[in-house]
Amino acid sequence: MTDILMPALSPTMEEGTLAKWHVKAGDTVKSGDVIAEIETDKATMEVEAVDEGVISEILVAEGAQEVKVNTPIARLAGEAGASPPAAAPQAAAGDPEKQPPEKAQPQPEGEGAVAVVPAEPLKDPELPAGVTLAKVTIRDALRDAMAEEMRRDPDVFLMGEEVAEYQGAYKVSRGLLEEFGARRVIDTPITEHGFAGLGVGAAMTGLKPIVEFMTFNFAMQAIDQIINSAAKTLYMSGGQLKTSIVFRGPNGAASRVAAQHSQDYASWYAHVPGLKVIAPYDAADAKGLLKAAIRDPNPVVFLEHEMLYGQEFDVPEGIDWVVPIGKAKVRREGNGVTIVAYSRMVGLSLKAAEILAAEGLEAEVVDLRTLRPLDHATIVESVKKTGRLVTVEEGWGPFGVGAYVAAKVVEEAFDWLDAPPARVCQEDVPLPYAANLEALSLPSVEKIVAAAKAVAYR
Amino acid sequence: MARGQTGEVARRKPNGDGRFAADKDELLRFYREMLMIRRFEERAGQLYGMGLIGGFCHLYIGQEAIAVGVEAVREPGDQIITGYRDHGHMLACGMDPKEVMAELTGRIGGSSRGKGGSMHMFSMEAGFYGGHGIVGAQVSLGTGLALANKYRGDGRVSFTYFGDGAANQGQVYESFNMAELWSLPAIYVIENNQYAMGTSVERSSALVELSKRGASFNIPGEQVDGMDVLAVRDAARKAAEHARSGKGPYILEMKTYRYRGHSMSDPAKYRTREEVDEVRKTRDPIDHVEELLEKHGWADAAGLKEIDAEVKRIVADAAEFARTSPEPDPSELYTDVYTEVRA
Ligand SMILES: Cc1ncc(C[n+]2csc(CCOP(=O)(O)OP(=O)(O)O)c2C)c(N)n1
Ligand SMILES: [Mg+2]
Repeated sequence: MTDILMPALSPTMEEGTLAKWHVKAGDTVKSGDVIAEIETDKATMEVEAVDEGVISEILVAEGAQEVKVNTPIARLAGEAGASPPAAAPQAAAGDPEKQPPEKAQPQPEGEGAVAVVPAEPLKDPELPAGVTLAKVTIRDALRDAMAEEMRRDPDVFLMGEEVAEYQGAYKVSRGLLEEFGARRVIDTPITEHGFAGLGVGAAMTGLKPIVEFMTFNFAMQAIDQIINSAAKTLYMSGGQLKTSIVFRGPNGAASRVAAQHSQDYASWYAHVPGLKVIAPYDAADAKGLLKAAIRDPNPVVFLEHEMLYGQEFDVPEGIDWVVPIGKAKVRREGNGVTIVAYSRMVGLSLKAAEILAAEGLEAEVVDLRTLRPLDHATIVESVKKTGRLVTVEEGWGPFGVGAYVAAKVVEEAFDWLDAPPARVCQEDVPLPYAANLEALSLPSVEKIVAAAKAVAYR
Repeated sequence: MARGQTGEVARRKPNGDGRFAADKDELLRFYREMLMIRRFEERAGQLYGMGLIGGFCHLYIGQEAIAVGVEAVREPGDQIITGYRDHGHMLACGMDPKEVMAELTGRIGGSSRGKGGSMHMFSMEAGFYGGHGIVGAQVSLGTGLALANKYRGDGRVSFTYFGDGAANQGQVYESFNMAELWSLPAIYVIENNQYAMGTSVERSSALVELSKRGASFNIPGEQVDGMDVLAVRDAARKAAEHARSGKGPYILEMKTYRYRGHSMSDPAKYRTREEVDEVRKTRDPIDHVEELLEKHGWADAAGLKEIDAEVKRIVADAAEFARTSPEPDPSELYTDVYTEVRA
């Protein structure tokens, strides 16, 4: 007699709804038979029997909600020696490779590209009176941004692996194929170097491609076209050949996908003149900045975060919400220490700030939003107030975003610093698979708190 | 074959033309090895469901005949390399199920000491060069293994496995060209399971007969029923002889099918349940060998059950080991980044 357990579809799933039983007590099942359907907030999946035997008892009724993973859901009278419990999840209408965590987790510039900085100080658009805010996931905010820009400009189109029929590997392009058709929402073969080049070529004629990489790890196949063809062509052509193109997709470490699938490329792209690089944290910025990126006449690298896709934030409804590229945002004010972060690290920094506040240290959290061009004015202004700097990034420290931010602060606010800047980064190793090593390797709220206290000499 | 039609290669009857002959011991071994992969993968699916395996987990169920059939012709020193759907190849080439399963759970007893995970495993002892997470990368690497073999003149060949989706990566063709140009002993085994994630071969490939993908480089290729372990073995033998005798690379397009989703969380809405069931019912590689064994009178139901029980025991032991092997010591985080340079 073995128990069939509620399976998890992803490492982060904790509970789900038992939507349907396909078997009843007394039924004989064999391995591979679909015995039940399970739902989470974003997916349904079929549960397959992994052993043969007779269902002796159904323990959790159809329709039961919030069934915890690993709860026995049925009992199987198997043959002697049959293998142990549990059922295997077969499939889910969620992300293909893995699911982002169910729980919300909280999210640069160059130098010379002065020409891209307008004379007017950059500001987020004012919200007109009467505008309402809606809770929107990052996933949908990105989709809405693309849809709105595609409606507005027939030259905008999307291409990438699984973006059309599969609705996006992480479901970011859900519904776009249905609305815009296969001419404008294009499934490519697995040929990153090739289709990135095709995108740049099309952009050379004035089209405005959005090239999705299933993740930025795979954009390494295509980085030559991004840098040598997209970033440099305007300059090499003496200003003749513009490439208005967006390269977008999830960047950084997801959950337990190990070294080849877990890398933060922010500093790689932010190193390159000719590129603009964006890494938003919340949904309003994801939407507003993606719309700005699509309209921008330059190549833009737009770094999303898989662990944020499912998180909801307020987004203004019913207006053309465009957030200016190149402007950082102070997400929390404080005068004890400046914490500079981007993308998912903003969320960790905000949590760290709460803990620090409870201990009497008021942190100011600066969300970079754009890495290139970097809004150093906002950073420097904050450090002049706090006298202390902590940078947080998911990538490796050497030659990284924090190194550059710290250098800017030393150059421009040296006399205001009361302590050497501190950097919180991924440990200087390829990301390990083992759960404990992975946790040790990545930045955490605790590491940010410790760094902030260290620079405040607490 | 007309475009858009990847229809199966009809199952040829064993012992018909002599090419598919197998003796009792070999057939029983194939049965056991394929069953081992299947049971192992079923258990890996369970452990994933229980949260013991994280990240991506790509199961090999349905494709067992390929890794097992090719392994039968591998000679000592020949190398193997593949992508992330790698558990089957590792078991076929003789790695201990315990160290494979423990790598899946990220424990110190794993073949990469828990640091690589499902997609990144290696065993120099078994001649297994990975386990690679980037689609297509293994094709250049495998060609490099062949280059080394030729350089050393040691008579070894390399077997490079990749999927139908990977077959569209540019570096595959850069590799093909060099392999033929320099007559490298490379055997390319394309595991055409008809889908790359949610994209069928028809939707990704201008030429769906992947065995012909080497034509413009003059590389011979053939389609093989990848659900028939004997057909796989014989095709692999022919390809290996070609490569070993200095004639250069060879392409084998294995027509196969994956029963499960691309990875554990694939809803697989791009194909019907009926399509999957049809293959399981009519083309299953293990059922096929079972039929042959019974037909020849080499095994009866009781005998096969005994094998199944033994395989299940080994898999259960592996799962238990993978569950109880400790996590790596925190100090492991910083080791293996560089090879130490000794004075
Ligand atoms: C360069 C690169 N692009 C995309 C991916 C994401 N990805 C992983 S597996 C896969 C499908 C590959 O299909 P196929 O080659 O047919 O192998 P199968 O999964 O069917 O064994 C994709 C797109 C990746 N890992 N690497
Ligand atoms: Mg495939």
